[in-house]
Amino acid sequence: MNGHISAGDTAFVLVGAGLVMFMTPGLALFYGGMVRQKNVLATIMQSFFIVCMVSVLWAVAGYSLAFGPDRGHFIGSLAWAGLRGVGQAPNPDYAATIPHLAFMIFQCMFAVITPALITGALAERMRFPGFVLFTVLWSLLVYAPIAHWVWGVGGWIRNLGALDFAGGTVVHISSGTAALAAALVVGRRRGYGDAVFASHNLPLTILGAGILWFGWFGFNAGSALAANGLACSAFVVTNLAAAAAAMSWAAAEWVRHGKPTTLGAASGAVAGLVAITPASGFVAPMPALLIGALAGLVCYGAVQAKWKVGYDDSLDVVGIHGAGGTLGALMTGVFASKLVNSAGANGLVFGNPALVGAQAVAVAATIGYSFIVSLVLLKLVDVVVGLRVTPAEEELGLDLSQHSEAAYGF
Amino acid sequence: MKKVEAIIRPECVNRVRRALEEMSYPGLTLTEVKGHGKQKGLRQQWRGKEYVIELLPKVKIEIVVSDEDAPALVRAIVANARTGEAGDGKVFVIPVDDAVRVRTGEGGMDAV
Repeated sequence: MNGHISAGDTAFVLVGAGLVMFMTPGLALFYGGMVRQKNVLATIMQSFFIVCMVSVLWAVAGYSLAFGPDRGHFIGSLAWAGLRGVGQAPNPDYAATIPHLAFMIFQCMFAVITPALITGALAERMRFPGFVLFTVLWSLLVYAPIAHWVWGVGGWIRNLGALDFAGGTVVHISSGTAALAAALVVGRRRGYGDAVFASHNLPLTILGAGILWFGWFGFNAGSALAANGLACSAFVVTNLAAAAAAMSWAAAEWVRHGKPTTLGAASGAVAGLVAITPASGFVAPMPALLIGALAGLVCYGAVQAKWKVGYDDSLDVVGIHGAGGTLGALMTGVFASKLVNSAGANGLVFGNPALVGAQAVAVAATIGYSFIVSLVLLKLVDVVVGLRVTPAEEELGLDLSQHSEAAYGF
Repeated sequence: MKKVEAIIRPECVNRVRRALEEMSYPGLTLTEVKGHGKQKGLRQQWRGKEYVIELLPKVKIEIVVSDEDAPALVRAIVANARTGEAGDGKVFVIPVDDAVRVRTGEGGMDAV
């Protein structure tokens, strides 16, 4: 049974799963530091609770729906519900040299962090019961199908030949789009526009960004599903893109506002990490630098544009994950090279403009589906349970109103 | 008895306390406060949006002394808390009706 299992690959993927798991508490701190003190615990609770909820959901049904036997190129069946048939032997369709359980648990951490990203758009005004119900439904009805389309055997986007190494569409575009829907449905925070809601603990945010960068090595390099040269390539381009993006965002702030900020540098790094995600197993280091540098500028611009458009995406999920994921997916179509990954494809620069078209289809389908279904789910949850806290609860703060807790002792 | 109440810059606290140690003083209470007089606020930025903090952090020191000791105390504080810029703060001298030492129950100047 264990004849084909590689110890190195298995160790690497398990460590990668641990790294990606760590990203969600890292996200909790990234977001937590950015909100006002009275909301920090509620913000952190959303991410932390998602680790728990989605971990269970994934084992019970999510993994089967995402990666299980194909039904109509749209979704997996429930044949693997409760992890039936998912054991210590490899599943060669997905990863031939590691136990199937290792692939499953690695993917679990992706399913966990994706809905956690959305919470940033709803920060400081979301009811906890509404958030729980929305997350469960979104995880099963949006994340699992899209993961199936892009990564599942038989998935229609996978069959189309679109490339997404570690989740530019599945994770970032889907959550960024859902975040936009959420911001529009839930509405602006009280007092938005009159005052700037400055972050209460930026050191926490920067720590969170550092944890995200660290964990992203698992996210991207781990997606090679083997301890090999491709994993190293993904690791290296991840670091370069993050670095370039942090510097270009900081440079943009320097030019437009006179000083670079720590929040800008940290956000820039995250934007670069988002953008390189789909490309990480297909592009070489120098294109990765360019992708990162562009992501810093594009996402900075998207965040600034938000002020003009007027919706309240509290923690800039749309600007960073939506815009960054879209940029990254399209850049994958430009710079992908079979010299980096022979199982991939060549992009525009290497003589195959058709890949950009396939990427564009994947992006459009993800945006369309995520937006519409998220909108429907949000409305449904609002009717059944209620999405937004009352004005009094919002003024008091979510820590007290939703959890009867105070973060710093009083 | 008088209460000397001084609102000064946080960065001047150590210098003021060292000066007080040179003279005798009964004790002090220090509170972190916010406020402003003529000093303009601080400009900060968040996601490119500029905003102004108008209530600035200061430190309030309260010391209760005899009527005779109050002027020297005020002079010592003012001399050591002054930078010459707007925002240096203010010192108030307020009459005190009575004082009681909690440990012994003594009243009046003995309590101070």
